[in-house]
Amino acid sequence: MNGDRDSGGGPERPAGAPSQEPAPKAVPAVDSRLIVREEGLRGYVGEFRRKMRSGELGSLPVVVAIAVIWTVFGSLDSTFLSAQNLSDLSQQIVGTGMIAVGIVFVLLLGEIDLSVGSVSGLCAAIFAVLNVLNGMNEWLALLVAVAGGAAVGLIHGFFFAKVGVPAFVVTLAGNLFWNGLMLQVLGTSGTVNIPSESIVAKLYSTIFHSPATAYVAAGVGVGLFLLASLQDARRRQAAHVPFRPFGEIVLRTVVIAAIAFVAAYILNQYQGLPLPLLIFLILLVLLDFVLRRTRYGRQIFAVGGNIEGARRAGISVPFVRMSVFTVSGTMAAIGGLFLAGQIQSASQTSGGGNLLMNVIAAAVIGGTSLFGGRGSVWSALLGALVIGSIQSGMNIMGVSNAVQFMITGAVLLAAVVVDSLSRRSQKAAGRA
Amino acid sequence: MPETPVLSLRGISKRFGAVQALSGFDLEVNAGEVVALVGDNGAGKSTAIKAIAGVNPPDEGVIEWQGRRVSINRPHDAQNLGIATVYQDLALCDNLDVVGNLFLGRELRRFGVLDEVRMEQRSRELLHTLSIRIPSVRIPVASLSGGQRQTVAIARSLVGDPKVVLLDEPTAALGVEQTAEVLDLVERLREHGLGTILISHNMVDVMAVADRIAVLRLGRNNGFFDKRSTSTEEIISAITGATESAVTRRQARIREERQARGEEEP
Repeated sequence: MNGDRDSGGGPERPAGAPSQEPAPKAVPAVDSRLIVREEGLRGYVGEFRRKMRSGELGSLPVVVAIAVIWTVFGSLDSTFLSAQNLSDLSQQIVGTGMIAVGIVFVLLLGEIDLSVGSVSGLCAAIFAVLNVLNGMNEWLALLVAVAGGAAVGLIHGFFFAKVGVPAFVVTLAGNLFWNGLMLQVLGTSGTVNIPSESIVAKLYSTIFHSPATAYVAAGVGVGLFLLASLQDARRRQAAHVPFRPFGEIVLRTVVIAAIAFVAAYILNQYQGLPLPLLIFLILLVLLDFVLRRTRYGRQIFAVGGNIEGARRAGISVPFVRMSVFTVSGTMAAIGGLFLAGQIQSASQTSGGGNLLMNVIAAAVIGGTSLFGGRGSVWSALLGALVIGSIQSGMNIMGVSNAVQFMITGAVLLAAVVVDSLSRRSQKAAGRA
Repeated sequence: MPETPVLSLRGISKRFGAVQALSGFDLEVNAGEVVALVGDNGAGKSTAIKAIAGVNPPDEGVIEWQGRRVSINRPHDAQNLGIATVYQDLALCDNLDVVGNLFLGRELRRFGVLDEVRMEQRSRELLHTLSIRIPSVRIPVASLSGGQRQTVAIARSLVGDPKVVLLDEPTAALGVEQTAEVLDLVERLREHGLGTILISHNMVDVMAVADRIAVLRLGRNNGFFDKRSTSTEEIISAITGATESAVTRRQARIREERQARGEEEP
């Protein structure tokens, strides 16, 4: 999580800023066996190699995976890397990604939620029936659908945290139950079409056509990142604790700016910035903040790391568990609404098929551990991008569904193998 | 002793079903004093600790805190009084860094957001005053050695400014050098004016740091010893019961059996 701030640094960390006062050394005698990061570029390379050896892979495997997938499909068919396909991809991953965010929360506890597919379908059906068939105000219907997802998650959380039923059994039962309820809600017709002017359809299909929007969004994001980094470094310097040198902040900002502006440029090459992508990114920033910067987020990591330790520290473990499953249900509902907006209908197949596998795969592929306590909401974005890229590429190539299922399953297994192996080498290196 | 003890227990009894785990147990701890609580397996050490920490409230008896009678029914009550407990299993979160563990459950906040800077600053100060050496306060606890983890667990108990610290077997399963580190830390707790209750099986450790030694045997007090005027042998004989030990008991039994059979002494 935030361990990279001065990983390997310690009190002896060389500071790049010349104005740094000699910070009072909190730990006077440093153990000579300690590995201290060297200065400059060599230090980064050394630390990188050390981290790789000890199994701290972070998001490296998934970045490599995306690079490989894009190179392979790009070389097989040039339309894959076209602005249009990448823009479509950025829209298509939002539904899966939103649901995967909820899965990330659950995985951080070391648990699993197998009901998110059904819940997403149920909430889409609730919205469609309330708004389209019964003429309820669309915002109200949206609210009811999302609240429904939250309630479902709370019920799962209750049975898990208070009754003590294993989470996978509760949510497996829920998977069937909520799927049944969805069929019941949809009634005899089976499919409810969502008109393209409906709020749910618009949330998915709106695209800001003005090129300025994408660039402004990228600029604001990068600016905020730079400001927050500088502010943090200044406070740390004032408090005489290790801080990130100015040069490193600039380097990080440049990397992020490059990614953001290239993405904006590609999106503008086609139609512009899609609204769902913007919503997804804002939500990721907010939830990342919740996980890493609030007491509640710290409690989630603590419960995922050591339940007994968390309990003795005064954390209410049942509260954390129930709230996390509520988050999972809520995100499933939001994701389900985006998926319904994508196909502009809620049908009996909503939330079925390989959706559940895809969202769990996305969370794990993105680098969130199945064993709890390690991960970040950004893995939902990266993982959804991998899954989305594979599906998009295979659709372009005209690969059949049968083969797609097998390949997606193999990718999920590969991600879990990487997770297990990295955990094993972390243990060997004394880091897990 | 003229001063009022920080913590004093009188006549503590606890029963679990058919087992009288503790009966009439007394213990006093003064500020700046290390009291070792020793006893054989099943002597009631853990029950005593749990009674003080509020995990298993006693059935009978009086607990006085700075001369005032209090009741400790929940772990929370003990913490509020200023009693910190370091359990044998440490209960650290391996995935969190040292700062995260030190402040777990009592995080400092600024505008409702975790104040990582101040927590890191205070962690460094705390570790510095205790002369604890760890690589960095920002590495996951998983990568620390057993001794370092133990010192982090003890340091964590001090974050809430307690007056009494309970250490349950802090040196069990530690190497020679790591044990020395932990014992140094216990002495520093005394220098800082804290009352420390140390549970240990290791007589060498106990004699090294304790000021007084309270012996428990079969749920009852079996003597209080001043470190300066006692010996390891004396304490061990109190732990095992008067002067008898497993060896002497067995010899006595064999002798009795032989006499019963009318054999001659060899």
